[in-house]
Amino acid sequence: MKVLAILEHQNGRLHRMSWETLAAAQQIGGAEVDAALIGWRIGALAQEVATKKAARVYPVVHALLENYTADGYTAAVEALVRRTNPDLVLFPHTYQTRDYAPKLATRLDRSLVSDVVAARMENGSPVFVRQFFQGKLNGDIRLEGPGPHFVSLQAGAWRADALESGSAALEKFIPELNASQIRQAPEAPFRESARAVDLTAAEIIVSVGRGIGDKDKIPVAEDLARALGAELAASRPICDAGWLPMERQVGSSGQTVSPKMYVAVGISGAIQHLVGMKGSKTIVAINKDANAPIFEVADYGIVGDLFEVVPALAEEIRKAKA
Amino acid sequence: MKILVAIKQVPVRDSPLVIGASGRWIEEAGLSFEINEPDAYALEEALQLKEKHGGEVVALCAGPARAQQTIRETLAKGADRAIHIEAENLGAFDTLGVARLLSEAARPENPDLILTGLQSDDLGYGQTGVVLAELLGLPHSTIIMQVDVVNKEGLGAAIRVKRELEDGWFQHIAMPLPAVLTIQSGINKLRYATLMGIKRAKTKEIRSFAASAEVRPTSMRIEKLYAPEKSRQAQIFEGDPKAAAAKLVEKLKFEARIL
Repeated sequence: MKVLAILEHQNGRLHRMSWETLAAAQQIGGAEVDAALIGWRIGALAQEVATKKAARVYPVVHALLENYTADGYTAAVEALVRRTNPDLVLFPHTYQTRDYAPKLATRLDRSLVSDVVAARMENGSPVFVRQFFQGKLNGDIRLEGPGPHFVSLQAGAWRADALESGSAALEKFIPELNASQIRQAPEAPFRESARAVDLTAAEIIVSVGRGIGDKDKIPVAEDLARALGAELAASRPICDAGWLPMERQVGSSGQTVSPKMYVAVGISGAIQHLVGMKGSKTIVAINKDANAPIFEVADYGIVGDLFEVVPALAEEIRKAKA
Repeated sequence: MKILVAIKQVPVRDSPLVIGASGRWIEEAGLSFEINEPDAYALEEALQLKEKHGGEVVALCAGPARAQQTIRETLAKGADRAIHIEAENLGAFDTLGVARLLSEAARPENPDLILTGLQSDDLGYGQTGVVLAELLGLPHSTIIMQVDVVNKEGLGAAIRVKRELEDGWFQHIAMPLPAVLTIQSGINKLRYATLMGIKRAKTKEIRSFAASAEVRPTSMRIEKLYAPEKSRQAQIFEGDPKAAAAKLVEKLKFEARIL
């Protein structure tokens, strides 16, 4: 199976998930792996990729690709795919991929199989596993009909340290693009004003999720944080609702933390949250649903009503510390 | 400004999920359904844009008869009318197939802007808006946190949007109208339907749009749906909250040595 891995980069560096994608391509494609980088002045990055095991590395270069646009990237990768005819095109499931890969797949009359967590071969064809209902169910996906097929891979689903070294041929690919094709005019990326709360420095974090149910109940978790000497954090929905400020959000769109202890209160454990905290040394989860995905990453868990458990826990902690 | 909002009806959050007889989807009998939460934010954004710039908000929904209830709720919140693509067998379509249905209904409307949530809470493919844009030949942007209508030199009627990037970064992007945007949850504060709104919704038009009978071959299919294998290492304490808390504290003190 001929596999093309599309690697992502920003500010002169490869995105951390690029190596995971290339490792996955090596495992699925064996010897028939090509990799591509899209941009402008990316020669050094392409050379770095060429030190890995692959047949060819394509720097896809054009001045119109200097800044990412969905229209520009779609046209560029479309041209490369039509030229190289891969059976399978793999992407890291990043915000950038989410912005243009579905458009690319549509242009080639395919559906993108997005956010895949595992793959296996069955009778010579791949079966991809992805999560449904926010991680509550898994599904096996089969590809139908001829390639190219398009698949994006969830962060951390493949290990970058499994990547095999080697030497790949560099083949520059210059797509035909013109400025009128590109309708989006992007401005320079920016960060909001400096974060007042640096959760990454906290040794202990108490984090609140949907289970808290109401803004008026936040003090229940706050009291546990006080007992532990912890910072208070939250999952995305809590910040979306304005119950806690956005700067206290942990997860893919918030901060990534790895404290000594992370206490998840009423957090079910959607993948977007897990990627932001699963590196914590000790994880404690309190949730009424014994099947909540958060218990998959937890070291200790209490299944029960958080409004009974959390006050009891705060009291026991104060006793233990006294 | 005519704004189309593509919405989806999904099982109510935290519904107990049971795999259906086919093994390929959940058993839907007995479940309650609601608007996909990210789509609720897209609807709210459309209503706010209409309040600022005038025009019309049209809800667009593909689904079986039960979707009528969710459509009616969007009308109660302030959508002016709705289009219901009646399809009992949505499971036979993949993302591309569903987006094709939506594009067929959207095209004759000639909207200035199409909004939808960034992903669905059930399938979670996160692609419908982008695929719809490509099928309609429109520019798009995803994971949008702010929408401003501007008059940009050389572009005419245009929008400037704030797009969320990873790790706390953002970016502004301008593009001409018509365009498609997928809206990030939390972009605005959701409104409730008022009693007056609910009353008025009863007289608003829900036009039924017959889905084209032809289901084109898909490039992917769900072969099997199942509960994920438990890889759990966690020590779980259940029962009396006070006793469970005491056990946990003992573990944290003597095993994890954190307290």
